[in-house]
Amino acid sequence: MRAPSGPDVAVGDVLLSVENVSLSFGGVKAVSDVSFDIRKGEIRAIIGPNGAGKTSMLNIINGFYQPQQGRINFKGETRSKMRPHDAAYGGIARTFQNVALFRGMTVLDNIMAGRTLKMHKNFFWQLLRFGPALTEEVEHRHRVEQIIDFLKIQEIRRTPVGRLPYGLQKRVELGRALATEPDLLLLDEPMAGMNIEEKEDMSRFVLDVNDHYGTTIALIEHDMGVVMDLSDRVVVLDHGIKIADGTPDEIKTDRGVIDAYLGVAH
Amino acid sequence: MASIAAAPADTFPKLLIRNADLYGTRPAMRQKDLGIWQTWTWSQVADIVRAYAVGLNRLGLKRGETIAIIGANRPKLYWSVMASQMLGAVPVPVYADAVADELAFVLAHAEVRFAAVEDQEQIDKIQSVIERLPKLEEMVYDETRGLRDYDHSHLHPIDDIIAEGRKALGGDPAVGAWLDAEIAAGKGSDPSIILYTSGTTGASKGVMLTCERSIKAVTDTVKFDKLNEHDVALAYLPLAWVGDHYLNYAQGLVAGFCMACPENADTAMADLREIGPSFYFAPPRTLEVLLTRVMIRMEDAGFLMRTMFHYFIGVARRYGEPILNGQPVPLTGRLLYWIGNILVYGPLKNTLGFSRVRVAYTAGEAVGPDLFTFYRSIGLNLKQLYGQTEAFLYVTAQPDGEIYSDTVGPAIPNVDIRIAEDGEVQFKSPGMFSGYFKDDAKTAEVMTPDGFVKTGDAGYFDEKTGHLKIIDRSKDVGKLNDGALFPPKYIENKLKFYPNIREVVAYGDKRDYAAVMINIDLTAVGSWAERNNVVYGSYQELAGHPLVYDMIAKHVAEVNRSLAQDKVMASSQIKRFLILHKELDADDGELTRTQKVRRGFIADRYGTLVKALYDGSKEADISTEVTFEDGRKGTISARVKIRDMKTEPAAGTIGKAA
Repeated sequence: MRAPSGPDVAVGDVLLSVENVSLSFGGVKAVSDVSFDIRKGEIRAIIGPNGAGKTSMLNIINGFYQPQQGRINFKGETRSKMRPHDAAYGGIARTFQNVALFRGMTVLDNIMAGRTLKMHKNFFWQLLRFGPALTEEVEHRHRVEQIIDFLKIQEIRRTPVGRLPYGLQKRVELGRALATEPDLLLLDEPMAGMNIEEKEDMSRFVLDVNDHYGTTIALIEHDMGVVMDLSDRVVVLDHGIKIADGTPDEIKTDRGVIDAYLGVAH
Repeated sequence: MASIAAAPADTFPKLLIRNADLYGTRPAMRQKDLGIWQTWTWSQVADIVRAYAVGLNRLGLKRGETIAIIGANRPKLYWSVMASQMLGAVPVPVYADAVADELAFVLAHAEVRFAAVEDQEQIDKIQSVIERLPKLEEMVYDETRGLRDYDHSHLHPIDDIIAEGRKALGGDPAVGAWLDAEIAAGKGSDPSIILYTSGTTGASKGVMLTCERSIKAVTDTVKFDKLNEHDVALAYLPLAWVGDHYLNYAQGLVAGFCMACPENADTAMADLREIGPSFYFAPPRTLEVLLTRVMIRMEDAGFLMRTMFHYFIGVARRYGEPILNGQPVPLTGRLLYWIGNILVYGPLKNTLGFSRVRVAYTAGEAVGPDLFTFYRSIGLNLKQLYGQTEAFLYVTAQPDGEIYSDTVGPAIPNVDIRIAEDGEVQFKSPGMFSGYFKDDAKTAEVMTPDGFVKTGDAGYFDEKTGHLKIIDRSKDVGKLNDGALFPPKYIENKLKFYPNIREVVAYGDKRDYAAVMINIDLTAVGSWAERNNVVYGSYQELAGHPLVYDMIAKHVAEVNRSLAQDKVMASSQIKRFLILHKELDADDGELTRTQKVRRGFIADRYGTLVKALYDGSKEADISTEVTFEDGRKGTISARVKIRDMKTEPAAGTIGKAA
């Protein structure tokens, strides 16, 4: 009934922009002079061949790497580099290319860990589990349960993450990122290694997150079908250089993009 | 309200009001939501359902109309059933996993104008066949997720309907009075629900049940099992199935007990453990899965644990059932069982969620004696019942203390059972249906002139116990040439309870004696071969191995012994058997897709073998075409040996058999 037309959240002002950003490791230029922006409420894809600098770009955005040149503007504040805790407190959450969860902990605890930033009582209060600290924990648990319900993972609530199949681990990781109530969610290859059914599920969840929570999403993905269906705008990197930026339809017909993916005759 | 409660409650809405008066503060329903069990008391449920009924009426639902109920076991869907019954409308539950085509058939046949559904999935399914449902007007739904962008002109969240009803009730006392009058206007002879049969034996039929009869039947079984308002049941089987409607919904309303709904279908096992029901139903298949899971986990346990487990399960096998049945048991046996209960059975039952189960039933298909005994030996009061949608479930049930794995018990109080000339079981019961919806011809087909219902099942009363035994579908039951009854499935099931035997095809109809073709189970027999140094190169070689024949012959002899115990079955003892050289396979058309043997087809395909079973030859050559998984065809030829078996004299002739 519903056409998979993408989110109907009003796509508005610029939430984050990177301007002329360059990053190199020694002599290797990972990202050079790249500029693009992410608008509030959109799903923004970053694509490109292997080694194009996509993950580096995400790492710059959430402050894991610090670029040598350029500026990052997030929520109207311009700085030359992000710091991880600035990013986290500022409302940027991410998932990783290789699942990075606490394998020995249960699904519930993993997602609960995502609430850490929102806990106001200090460590000792939390140890006591009494009075205001208990009230706070109950409130957080409620939020976590809403996420568990949203991602339909009730039956594995108490299962240690290490025992879960890969597709479910990815979903739990998304859950942990959601637990921070992010304004901007960075997804690094959320569908890598999944079968078609798992990909469809995950795509549905990405759209639902965007639709239901109004979260802005930036994602790296190799499956072009997924990218073209999900995203509102796509930026294409190749060898650390931005070669195209536009709607999925524009990207599909872009000469430079086709050459980058298929190679050019010399 | 009090005035209604004073009159005898002959409809479910009246029972609801009665329960709100009697057990107002006791839990009526629970559901796990966002990880926490939510509880509604009887008076809360009554309030909600009253408001819901008013809301539905504002939407247009009127007395006598039908409303489809589609989805999983959720309080809001049960309330939909109650609210529509309150208005005198007739709920029509539909299986949540029905494909769009089946759904369209039932909804069109029942002429529903309304549907109460669980979520987006069901709405999408209905939308996909909407052109076949011209009568359908309004849908109400429970789960809002994913429905934001849908056209809501004919879609309403159940919450909104309830809120609207509540506003109307609060704003105008006349509305409440009108509703009370509607409830009072409900008569016992009104239809209470239409349950569509699953349609495994032809097109699905709508079984109409009336309020008064339903309540009468339920009152009998509630008394039979001494259920009361302190009991708890977990509603985890399909809402549209007669079992759920009877065991949980109807018994809950009559006895006033609490019905718990699982968080979702996948969490049912965990929820079972948390709720700890006191009344429990599970089909044999579920019990089997649970047992396998326990056994696998025990194999992974440490040496000490494993040894302890197996020792005490042995103790339970010896003393468990007699203790449960209240029979005399030596003191040492009681002592050992008591220790075992602390160390093994108690924790095991706790893990499975059976700690508080007082009454448990299984039904639906033959249950293996080992499986049945296992659960009973660890102290679970598991019993069997036999029933049908047409009877509003119960026809027979085993009373406490009279439990046998191969009977389904005597008739429930107030139920008459008789066995027709051809062996078919017929019954007359307080809860029996009033007819198939819009299908008088079919109704006439299953009713006898004197008001009994034909079950289509063949059975007989066991002489020793007086219990009914169901042996087969009556159209499959044949006769041996000497006139004795020959139920193929009964014999096949008895053999299939052995793990070494995978499939069995029994012949005997219009022949001199019973003979069977057996398929061994490659996994079980293969692992036996490994442990016993039996060398084999292929399935065919293993199947033809003399030691395998010896082993299977032992099983057949045991089955013969057990058949001989029974005067009716004694002549169906197996005289000759053979082990097939290839596995029966659905790809070759030998099994149905649901893994049932196609007896007639196999008789044609293996004609020479069937002939050899009856002409006395010691072996026979056969070559059959097989289809490989990639679609290629080939032939397998083999020389199959046939083994003669001794038969036992019937029990009556030599007195009590050991």
